[in-house]
Amino acid sequence: MATPNKETLLDWYHQMVLIRRFEERCAELYQQGLIGGFLHLYIGQEATGVGAIAALKEHDHVITAYRDHGIALARGLDPKRVMAEMLGKVDGVSGGKGGSMHLADRERRFWGGYGIVGGHLPLAAGIALASKYEDRGEVVLCLMGDGATNIGYFHESLNLSAVWELPVVWLIENNQYGMGTSVARASGVTELVKKARAYGDNGRGMKEGPRIDGMNVLEVYEQVSEAVEYARKHGPILVESLTYRLQGHSMGDPERYRTKEEVEQYVASGPIGRFRAYLIEKYKNIEPKLDEIDARALEEVDEAVEFAKNSPDPTFEDLVRHVYVD
Amino acid sequence: MADRPITIREALSAALREEMQRDERVFIMGEEVGVWGGTYAVTRGFLDEFGEKRVRDTPIAEMVIAGAAVGAAMAGLRPVAEIMTINFAFLALDAIVNHAAKVRYMFNGQFTVPLVIRTTTGGGKQLGATHSHAPEVIFAHFPGLYVAVPGTAYDAKGMLKASIRDDNPVLFVEHSTMLQRRSPVPDDPDFLLPIGKSDVKRRGDDVTIVTFGKGLEWSTAAAETLAQDGIEAEIIDLRWLRPLDLEPVFESFKKTNRCVVVEESLPMFNVGAEVAARLQDELFDYMDAPVKRVAAMDVPLPYAAEIERMALPSPEKIVKAVKEVVGG
Repeated sequence: MATPNKETLLDWYHQMVLIRRFEERCAELYQQGLIGGFLHLYIGQEATGVGAIAALKEHDHVITAYRDHGIALARGLDPKRVMAEMLGKVDGVSGGKGGSMHLADRERRFWGGYGIVGGHLPLAAGIALASKYEDRGEVVLCLMGDGATNIGYFHESLNLSAVWELPVVWLIENNQYGMGTSVARASGVTELVKKARAYGDNGRGMKEGPRIDGMNVLEVYEQVSEAVEYARKHGPILVESLTYRLQGHSMGDPERYRTKEEVEQYVASGPIGRFRAYLIEKYKNIEPKLDEIDARALEEVDEAVEFAKNSPDPTFEDLVRHVYVD
Repeated sequence: MADRPITIREALSAALREEMQRDERVFIMGEEVGVWGGTYAVTRGFLDEFGEKRVRDTPIAEMVIAGAAVGAAMAGLRPVAEIMTINFAFLALDAIVNHAAKVRYMFNGQFTVPLVIRTTTGGGKQLGATHSHAPEVIFAHFPGLYVAVPGTAYDAKGMLKASIRDDNPVLFVEHSTMLQRRSPVPDDPDFLLPIGKSDVKRRGDDVTIVTFGKGLEWSTAAAETLAQDGIEAEIIDLRWLRPLDLEPVFESFKKTNRCVVVEESLPMFNVGAEVAARLQDELFDYMDAPVKRVAAMDVPLPYAAEIERMALPSPEKIVKAVKEVVGG
């Protein structure tokens, strides 16, 4: 694991702020009716996505669920094309046919956001199998919410990855609620990383990885880096990142399941504020630079929205294309 | 090389072996494919021949068998996944329908899924309600997926090889009671049948019987009986439920003006309904009689042999339906 230098840390800060501004703008566009369908924002979870993806090499793979905007941006997808997908335009990363939940970029080895809880877990196992089969040395980072750990796909996929010793980092983003049902009300164990014990023992099969502070990008980076190298050498590992989504599950969530006080407590300890404070303490006179990054992120989002609005709508040809390989 | 008569089981085996020899990316994963040699013995000897890397036993866990095969296919391999029976494929419905069939479309053509899922179908073996479905028509509902339903050894080999070489996901459905049926099959390792082409299995001028899978066997027996009464049936074997090729059906119907659809599916929302609708849409002026459907009865299949037989189609039921449409 490379120790991140100043430039890298500022890049992470930029990614986190960009995600935050992007998501805030998405909420506005949704309220204006420019974004349709479901919209699941990543606000509050930025440190986990940015830190975890920073731990990967270029040739590694990323796959996630439907809260995927932040993951896409952290993996380096062009914000313009991601925003165009939000607006259902042809220049969107999925040509306007996927929408918010189904962003993907094959070039970046980002295999997609998936809308079925747990549905992408077996795909992750399969992508890892291909890597192992062809001896490519590539690792799959599979992110999932806490809710996914209760579904059958979780059991079958983690078990198969253990039996076949597949190079997967299974990363639970525990934001403490599966929609509106808290972890304690939905899962027999609340320390979700312990579920690894069902799939490994005595150094065989699944490794139980760490339970990490998902609001601290440095910790996420360090711990996931170790997990990625473990997966590359030995096989699957389960990691749990403790995080919190500061917005509702999706737009229109009445949030009856938690109190304002609870949310405010997490706003105060949010990942971006914490990282900014860390940078200010570590580097003298960094604040103007950070302010500049803040302003740049806002401009990038403005440009992305402008680009997306100007992109054409998909046509009838797009409607009927890509059902099959011709 | 001359064609020689082999069983459907041998034809499937040969197709798999030839394609695995041809392309290193082709591998088998599924329930009891390795040590056991396949629950229907199709992959017997494969583990020794190809090794554990390419002949992969899985846990009995259909969601991940199908889903991991989708992922492996997206990432460049060419998996042939085996789910012991189509009854168990219900557990994998999400992976098959939401992912195998849709990832290409949903992500605007960025991914391809060169996947074959092999499975067996059909009742008639006293396995009770949960093990006797013939629900392949359900899977044919979804764009993005192909559904193969071969009824002869010749077709089984050529269609499986074509499926493995194709870049689209194929659900390959074999009838569990037909694996011992023999027909001449080419040894040629490049023998392929086109995807989505139906086939005229018997010529006749009096009635068009449209069928597939086990229905081919029942219909062939019925046609022999009918011939004794001077009624010549033309039998069209669809071979694929998707892509569905009805051109030969239309050609035949222009000549016979009468049609019976034979299938083991349940009677509602089945292939017969589709064919009848398409015929009235395309060839309304050619219709001399209502299109008749012979399908399973609208009940879950029971265990007891006598009443299970009652619930399934039979040559007798087909003869009766044909006589109704030809007015004999």
